[in-house]
Amino acid sequence: MSINATPTGADVAADETSGSTGQRATVPTQRGSRRKSPLSENKKAERKLGLLLCAPAALVMVAVTAYPIIYSFWLSLQRYDLRFPDQREFIGLENYVTVLSNEFWWTAFGVTTLITVVTVAVELVLGMGLAIIMHRTLVGRGLVRTSALIPYGIVTVVAAFSWRYAWTPGTGYLADLFSDGAPLTERASALAIIMLAEIWKTTPFMALLLMAGLALVPEDLLKAASTDGATAWQKFTKVMLPVMKPAILVALLFRTLDAFRVFDNIFVLTAGGNETSSVSMLAYNNLLRGLNLGIGSTMSVLIFITVAIIAFVFVKLFGTAAPGSDDSERR
Amino acid sequence: MAVETTARAKVRWGLLDVLVVVFAMVPVLWIASLSFKTPATLTDGKFIPREWTLDNYRTIFETDQFVRALVNSIGIALIATLIAVVLGAMAAYAISRLDFPGKRLLVGVSLLIAMFPQVSLVSPLFEIERQLKIFDTWPGLILPYITFALPLAIYTLSAFFKQIPWDLEKAAKMDGATQAQAFRRVIAPLAAPGLFTTAILVFIFCWNDFLFAISLTSTERSRTVPAALSFFTGASQFEDPTGAICAAAVVITVPIILFVLFFQRRIVSGLTSGAVKG
Repeated sequence: MSINATPTGADVAADETSGSTGQRATVPTQRGSRRKSPLSENKKAERKLGLLLCAPAALVMVAVTAYPIIYSFWLSLQRYDLRFPDQREFIGLENYVTVLSNEFWWTAFGVTTLITVVTVAVELVLGMGLAIIMHRTLVGRGLVRTSALIPYGIVTVVAAFSWRYAWTPGTGYLADLFSDGAPLTERASALAIIMLAEIWKTTPFMALLLMAGLALVPEDLLKAASTDGATAWQKFTKVMLPVMKPAILVALLFRTLDAFRVFDNIFVLTAGGNETSSVSMLAYNNLLRGLNLGIGSTMSVLIFITVAIIAFVFVKLFGTAAPGSDDSERR
Repeated sequence: MAVETTARAKVRWGLLDVLVVVFAMVPVLWIASLSFKTPATLTDGKFIPREWTLDNYRTIFETDQFVRALVNSIGIALIATLIAVVLGAMAAYAISRLDFPGKRLLVGVSLLIAMFPQVSLVSPLFEIERQLKIFDTWPGLILPYITFALPLAIYTLSAFFKQIPWDLEKAAKMDGATQAQAFRRVIAPLAAPGLFTTAILVFIFCWNDFLFAISLTSTERSRTVPAALSFFTGASQFEDPTGAICAAAVVITVPIILFVLFFQRRIVSGLTSGAVKG
C-alpha cells in the first residue's frame, strides 16, 4: 500500500483516473500489430492481463480474510452461544465490556505481551549471532545452514512435544535440572519453557532475515573501517547495524506479530493451565470449548486491533519499510 | 586479515558451528530417541535408548487414526500448495512484469495478510464453514491454507521473477508469440526452480499448521497429523501414548528434514529474497 512512494506511484494513479473501467480493450492478438500498434493499445492489454492474473489470488485473500473479519465484528455485537442458539440477540458492545473487564483476558494479554517481548528480544540477539555465524563461518557453512533450517521447518507441535517430554519428570533428560519437581506445572517455569520453545523454533527464521540484511553490507566499507583501526565491535555498531537497519526492522515486525500469535507451544506444553494462556489460546477455548461465538469473535476482533496497532507503530514510528512496497520497480 | 584466517580462527568458528548444530538438533534427536524406546525404558530419562524397538511405529501404522491423519495431511498440504503456487505465480508475474492499476494495493493487502493474526479468523471461519457445510472437510482447511500461503508465494516468486532476463520474452514476442505464449514457453521454464522453492516453503507452512487444523476439524475425516497428535491416546485407552506420539512426530518430521537436506540452499534464498528484498 502507500507506505512508501515509488517512482511509478504517480503513473499508476494517473492510469487509474484515465479510466480502466470503460473500455473492453480489444486485445491485439494478430501478429504484426504488436510492435506498430499505438502504445495505448498495448497498455490496455497489459493492464487487462495484469488484473486478470491477479484476480484469483486477490479474490481468495479477500474472501478468506476481509469478509470473515467483518463478519467477526458483526458476531461480536451479538449474544451468540452455540449451546443456547435460541438466545441469540444483538447486544451492541456488551461483549466488549465483558471481555475487557475480565481478568482472564488481561492475564492472557499480559502473558502474550511478556512472551512476545522476551522472545523477540532474545531472538534478535541470538539471531544476529546466528546470522553472522551462517554468513561468515569458515568451516561447514552448508552444515550450519542446514541445521539452522531444521527448527524452522519442523512442525511446532512436534517440537513442543519434544520439549514437553524433556521436562516431564521421570521421562525427560532436563526434568532433573532443577530439583523441585515438575517445571511445567508451575507458572514461572512453565512460561520460561514456553519461551524457550518459541525461541528455539523461530530464532533461525530471524537469523535468515538478518542474514539477508548482512549480505547488503558492503565488504569495502568493512575493510575501510578495519584500515582506520576500528575494532570488531565498532565495525558492528558503526557500519553493519546502520546498513542493516531496514532488514532488522522488518525482521522485528514480522517476529513480533508472529510471537503475538503464540498458540501451538502453549497448547501442547501446558494447555493454558496455571495462567499460561495466550490471547490466541483464550479465544480458541472460548470458541471450541465454550462454543461461545459472541465472546470468541469479540476476542478475535480485539486481537486483530492489537496486531494492527503494533504494525502501525512499526511502520509509522520506526519507519519500517514494508517489504515489496518500495522496490517493486527498481530492478 | 589473511593471517588470522588460520587454524585458530578455524577452530573458533568450528566450535561455534558445533554449538549451532547441537542447539538445532537436540530436540529432534530427543523425540526420535523416545520413539525408539521400549515401554519399559521409556521413562528412564536417558537420551540414548538402552533397548531399541520399532514397536511404536508398528503401533501407529496399525491404528486407523494415524494413517487417516497422515493421508489428510499429505492431501490437504499438496492441494493447497499446488493452488497457492499457481495463483501466486500468476499474481507475482503480473506484479513483477506488468503495469496495471491496483498493483500496489495487492502487494499491500498480501503483506497485511502475512501479518494477520490467524486466531482472529477462527471464530468467523468456524461459523461460515458450518453454514457452507465445509466445516470438517478438506476444502475447509485448504481454503485458509491457500490464503495464508499466498503472500509467501507472491513475495518469493516476484523476487525470483525479477531475476529472470526478460529480453528473452521480448524476443519471443517479436517472433509473434502472445504475452501468454511468451510466458508459458519462455518464462515459465526459467521460473521453474523458483516455483519449486516456493512450493517447498508453502508446503512446510501448510504441513506445520495447527490452529486451523484443530479449530476447523472435528473428526478423523479431515484432521491432520499435528492436530491428531494432540488428541492421540495410543492404541488402547490404557496405554501410555508417549512412544506412539513420538513415532508419529518423527514420521511427519522426516519429509521436512529431507527437504532441508536436499534443498537447503534454495530454501535459504527463497526465504531471504522473499522476506526482505520483496
